[in-house]
Amino acid sequence: MPNIQTQGTEEVHPDVLLVNRAREGDVQAYEKLVKQYDRQVFRIAQHITQNREDAEDVVQDAFLKAYEKLDQFQGNSKFYTWLVRIAVNESLMRLRKRRTGRMVSIDEDVETEEGSMPRDLADWGPDPEQQYGQSELADILRKTIQGLPPGFRTVFVLRDVEGLSTEETAETLGLSVPAVKSRLLRARLQLRERLSRYFRKNKRDGAK
Amino acid sequence: MTCTEFIAQLDDLLEDRVTTTLRADLEEHLRGCEHCVITMNTTRKTIEIYRSHELYELPNELRVRLQKAILAKCKKC
Repeated sequence: MPNIQTQGTEEVHPDVLLVNRAREGDVQAYEKLVKQYDRQVFRIAQHITQNREDAEDVVQDAFLKAYEKLDQFQGNSKFYTWLVRIAVNESLMRLRKRRTGRMVSIDEDVETEEGSMPRDLADWGPDPEQQYGQSELADILRKTIQGLPPGFRTVFVLRDVEGLSTEETAETLGLSVPAVKSRLLRARLQLRERLSRYFRKNKRDGAK
Repeated sequence: MTCTEFIAQLDDLLEDRVTTTLRADLEEHLRGCEHCVITMNTTRKTIEIYRSHELYELPNELRVRLQKAILAKCKKC
């Protein structure tokens, strides 16, 4: 995303200008921010909550909360990162409610040993996803990522799907950089292991 | 280098954040370990597949409805 060069050497992110206008009551400026980031917030919320209605609620509540708290936005992080932090918290809260009050946190189930070391040694073909139709492939990918513990799933989604840096992911989730790196590695390895069931060579041809 | 040591560096290798010396050590390990070659290639592919497939699209009609609801609430703030 382009930065606007000011007269000095300081660069101001376009979002900061929109935030400043929104703070002064310009709802149209805030509308631009909503339109810019609503798809991403929906995607993150859906990944964490695994529930369409909850994801819709998260989109509304996260943007509304962010609007109400605009005065607290310091500008030392990106608006998007700040917004994602609100959306992740809202998502985890809804996931907790769905699980009838059982605590759900970013630390849940991260002590599992799964994914520490790869077990499945099967190689994949050059374009393993070509073995499936688009809809079938999407089902496989959704089912596979849904099987990860929330703490791993969230880190993988922010880091690898949404493209946040390791540092931004750590800041967003209130984790240390080493904790993000450890969870990301294990999330990637677990996903790889689980996808191997579908993508291993000769899966559809029968074992050779 | 053991496989465990290689795996510990896998993310940094995939993201090209390793020093020249470490890269040389990792490549040396790869030359003798098919298991780690497969793990590296399929992990890279896993990331690529998730990056390139939109699993939860926000349909336009729903998107417009959510935007309207959000902005209506903001105006009341």
